[in-house]
Amino acid sequence: MKKVLTGNFAAAYGATAARVNVIAAYPITPQTTIVEILSEIVADGLLKAEFIKVESEHSALAASIGAQAAGARTFTATSAQGLTLMHELIHWAARGRLPIVMANVNRAMAPGWSIWADTTDSLSQRDTGWMQVYCENNQEVYDTILLSYRISEHEDVLLPTLVNLDAFFLSHTSQVVDLRDQDKIDSFILPYKPKYKLDINHPSSFGALTSPDHYYEFSYKIQRAHEKAVHIIEEAGEAFERLFGKKYGLTESYRCDDAEYLLISYGTIAGTVKEAVDRIRERGLKLGALKIRYFRPFPKEQVRRICKNVKTIGVIDRAISYGQAGQFFTEVKSVLDVGKHQLFGFIAGLGGRDVSISDIETMNKYMQSEKADDLIWIGVKQ
Amino acid sequence: MVKKKKTEKVIINGEKDMPPMPASLGSMLSNPTSSWRSIRPVIREEKCTRCMICWKYCPEPAILPTDPPTIDYDYCKGCGICIEECPFDAIDTENEGK
Repeated sequence: MKKVLTGNFAAAYGATAARVNVIAAYPITPQTTIVEILSEIVADGLLKAEFIKVESEHSALAASIGAQAAGARTFTATSAQGLTLMHELIHWAARGRLPIVMANVNRAMAPGWSIWADTTDSLSQRDTGWMQVYCENNQEVYDTILLSYRISEHEDVLLPTLVNLDAFFLSHTSQVVDLRDQDKIDSFILPYKPKYKLDINHPSSFGALTSPDHYYEFSYKIQRAHEKAVHIIEEAGEAFERLFGKKYGLTESYRCDDAEYLLISYGTIAGTVKEAVDRIRERGLKLGALKIRYFRPFPKEQVRRICKNVKTIGVIDRAISYGQAGQFFTEVKSVLDVGKHQLFGFIAGLGGRDVSISDIETMNKYMQSEKADDLIWIGVKQ
Repeated sequence: MVKKKKTEKVIINGEKDMPPMPASLGSMLSNPTSSWRSIRPVIREEKCTRCMICWKYCPEPAILPTDPPTIDYDYCKGCGICIEECPFDAIDTENEGK
């Protein structure tokens, strides 16, 4: 069934279709309408779930952790300041191997106080052990929530997933979203039956004191789970395609087969890049686009494969790791043989500034005429 | 003394024996935590009024609500809070490891 939905509604409908048992969330612009519509869905009896009202984002994730540890499928959503307030518990959820799915509306960090798109909030959660996905459109938001429950809850994975969508460009923009058939969704996401959970009939400690004898091994297991997740994400994407006719992977390549130049991006900018690629190709220049969906686990092999025969590669970040360069750029550079490529790191669209096709044209010109550079600012007002 | 249900001690040789998260590694019932106690609180039955203030204050909780209250020495860490809080001086201090 096709509906016109904002990205926030798409996220809420995704959680509803995944039949979550517990929702704990705290409102924050521009995420608020996700939990607002979910509270209505639960109040109207359309979803049999517990909706826990909490006093902060820290409590929202704490409640989600408790619920998930007790064996409930849990959903929460936040943005920027809320996500970073959760930081301590973001580690806790991952190290507790609790497959929570959280929607994060990418918003810039204050000050200056901003409610607009910027991915610094989620990228600063890089080392917590969560899987991270970045969505290009509202259909992808809805589908990614469904995929994430299946992938996160896989017994070889058991890692939480952060599903990211750009503030306003997706959260408050209406697009056509094809809501998937519920029976097929129910065959795609099976009921959550964790092997390890809190059970008063079988008391055990959860997340207790762990000496140097064992902590190291738990960390090793999280890394191994990320490595396995790479394959499970691909498998789930193929199963999704068989049921619903749309394929999702760790990355998505666009007109890359004969590309001599490549632009790597993520989130909504990836959509703009595709349009720019079409226009630039009309002029005879062989430009391709690679969209990275998963930041964690990072798709090393996929990036290497696509980049193998391309000399000139640009990476667009809507964030920056101060004192270094764009986060995605740094990751891409780390998996490539830097001697074989000319690498350009572009910083664009911070704090919600629009990244237009003419900005992509500027990046393209840069890649044609300038020397490779890790850090190129697009559109700084002089 | 309240009867404790013993659980099996989990033996871990390597990461393959471990669950994915620090959980379900057996319960505290098979893991007494009193080896570092240096002083031992002892309840004097004749002075005890059963007010249960010691039971309320014990942070572990290692004081069991029996009549009179008893101390679970498998988990009592010897912090002395019960000794300090007893309004009737009914809990004595003995040294451990003599």
